[in-house]
Amino acid sequence: MSTHVEHRDDTARKMGMWLFLFTELLLFGGLFLVYSIYRFANPEDFARGGHELNVFIGAVNTIVLITSSLTVAISISAMQQGNKKLVLQMLGITIFLAIVFLVNKYFEWGHKIHYDLYPGSNLFRALPPGEGLYFLLYYFMTGLHALHVIIGAIILGFMAWYVHKDEIDATNYALLENGGLYWHLVDLIWIFLFPLMYLIH
Amino acid sequence: MEKNHHIVGYITNIWVWVALVVLTIITITVAELDLQMLTVTVALAIATVKAGVVLAYFMHLKFDKIILTIFLGIVLLVFLSFIVLTFVDYSFRTTAI
Repeated sequence: MSTHVEHRDDTARKMGMWLFLFTELLLFGGLFLVYSIYRFANPEDFARGGHELNVFIGAVNTIVLITSSLTVAISISAMQQGNKKLVLQMLGITIFLAIVFLVNKYFEWGHKIHYDLYPGSNLFRALPPGEGLYFLLYYFMTGLHALHVIIGAIILGFMAWYVHKDEIDATNYALLENGGLYWHLVDLIWIFLFPLMYLIH
Repeated sequence: MEKNHHIVGYITNIWVWVALVVLTIITITVAELDLQMLTVTVALAIATVKAGVVLAYFMHLKFDKIILTIFLGIVLLVFLSFIVLTFVDYSFRTTAI
């Protein structure tokens, strides 16, 4: 510990992170708005599109993300109590779960692309307009979400490095909290994406 | 250095996880039932509860300064007004989109 007084404002750091998260919420919010208008206009086409999705894979990925949110939350509790080993283990599990999520997503997308269902394909162009809109939004929204999963996993990787280097410790963990907030946001968006994309009847 | 940070216990975190898993199972089960127009309402209601739990416990809003919750409320209000205004606009259009 150095003797000089450290000038730090953890509340402001957290507030800054939340301001950023609000822009993310409105980014996805805009897409949800587009989704709801088009679904309202084409209920049957959207339902037909939704039936093409595998609810089981969606459910597994939901549980994977919820669990990864738990491990991040535990890592922050552990950091506050100075349990560095547990922090690193929990962050490791979280990144592993992020990869599991992405692998599932890869197979899910891969399956559709394999039977020619992707924007611009012949099958896609032959779809009823509403169903085409559904799959366009499906690819765009789950794709943008998956991008956030990738970025989140990289951020948590940096967090683990900082914890390892003791730049984040039991007295200075606002950065870890902010990294955790980003990860929870990814979970939060999926909580709405899952029922809206997979559970249409 | 700031003190008096609330530490969410491991057990609390695990209970939150249990609640989220149970709500996920409920939302999938309900979707299998044929509730017609109610399906999307129920799904969104459950998703909102899940989001509230994540925000309050995992994202610490329950334990942080109230200003963050107020900020979030304002953002959600803005988003809600976007939705309402867009649907009002849409329902008064004479040409289909």
